[in-house]
Amino acid sequence: MTDTTHATIARPYPFSDPHRLDVDPRYAGLRRDEPLIRVQLPFGEPAWLATRHADVRAVLGDLRFSRAAAVGRDEPRSTPYQREAGILGMDPPEHSRLRRLAAKAFTARRVEELRPRTRELAEDLVAGMIAAGSPADLVSHVATPLPIRVICDLLGVPVSDQDRFHTWSEAIVSTTSLRPEVAQSYIDNLLSYMAGLIAQRRVTPTDDLIGAMVRARDDNADRLTEDEMVRLAAGLLAAGHETTVTQIPNLVYVLLTEPDVWQRLCAEPALVPSAVEELLRFIPLGATAAFARYALEDVELGGVLVRAGEPVLVSIPSANRDESVFPDADRLDLDRKVNPHLAFGHGPHHCIGAQLARMELQVVLETLLARTPGLRLAVPESALTWKSGLLVRGLTALPVTW
Amino acid sequence: MGEHGWRVHVDPTRCIGAGICAGYAPAHFVLVDGLSRPLAERIDPADAVLDAAESCPMEAIVVSDAADDSRIAPGA
Repeated sequence: MTDTTHATIARPYPFSDPHRLDVDPRYAGLRRDEPLIRVQLPFGEPAWLATRHADVRAVLGDLRFSRAAAVGRDEPRSTPYQREAGILGMDPPEHSRLRRLAAKAFTARRVEELRPRTRELAEDLVAGMIAAGSPADLVSHVATPLPIRVICDLLGVPVSDQDRFHTWSEAIVSTTSLRPEVAQSYIDNLLSYMAGLIAQRRVTPTDDLIGAMVRARDDNADRLTEDEMVRLAAGLLAAGHETTVTQIPNLVYVLLTEPDVWQRLCAEPALVPSAVEELLRFIPLGATAAFARYALEDVELGGVLVRAGEPVLVSIPSANRDESVFPDADRLDLDRKVNPHLAFGHGPHHCIGAQLARMELQVVLETLLARTPGLRLAVPESALTWKSGLLVRGLTALPVTW
Repeated sequence: MGEHGWRVHVDPTRCIGAGICAGYAPAHFVLVDGLSRPLAERIDPADAVLDAAESCPMEAIVVSDAADDSRIAPGA
């Protein structure tokens, strides 16, 4: 073990601007030779960066690495301003108190109940795309409306308001795409919009998730503040579609650039669930690192002594390409039997919507394979345009033909 | 422990190794080869174990009363 805390210079991070869905080749060398390095994000204090699967899982799953301890610190970040992290700024048991309020609605069992309705939605949207004629934009026809309608149904948010909250939701994943004052006004709008829906439910109770959260909060007012509930519900709405809206085109893009894999899935649709897991592993959704964990005590990690009070970031895309866990990690392999990818994170903050996202991705893929087996890019790959200035990597549009 | 103890079971066929339980209640759950396992089957009542069972996305953790096997968590 070496104590290099102040001996090494922090490297600028991210190492490079995102290019399509490529994973920076530097990670492979770091995992091999320097699994924990010092990095400097555009703003905030320098931090450690963990790149190996085991170390990433340790940082995310071990309570000695705290999110709550980030409060009051100059957090490593991609924005000039610091955001209120809400539930992502809490540790157990505070975190569990809040998460339990919504967790029931996102269990695998409850998500399965949403599958038939999600299939109908996917069938309608793909039929609409086909009716519109080729070429068509998969982002606007399918990838954007589907997750928004599913999360709206689940929460009890009127789909008719989607133009407003879809715009505001960008603030949750924006790094530089929005000016700071615009991002803040969007977040304020989202919170007051959600506070309004909650107020309505006090007058007219509902069976949706917002209604259930209001009942749980009013039955246990000592356990949860109004502000915590508003932020949690607004976070679910925003996170509930920004991520899946981005991942659906990413999945389809990867498959259309690997025609053999697409053909195989057409022939063997039963492989879709494992294909979705492999695509989640393979696709580096995160454009940078965020939400540093602060060591509460000295902890040895990746052969380095992390001192109490030091922040540690993780690279999930790097962990998901760790050869010691995923043989031939840079290859998309539908036959991977063991796939403990960290696309949804790990530990207390493991994505609450993971099962919902899996189901939506499976349903969209199954529907496209069945209805548009001849699906292919309608433009050369080099003509595709990618989002920038966001925490996530994704396409602005995906023109397809079939 | 006595007669008011709890029994903890993790269904290994349901567990996906999300690590929420081991994060919430490290004194009670550990990941072995990526999957959760209770450190002890019989335990004294502990809120953190309820948090873990109620937050498991797979409902793989069942907490029951050791005396009469009635289910304590997860709730419906």
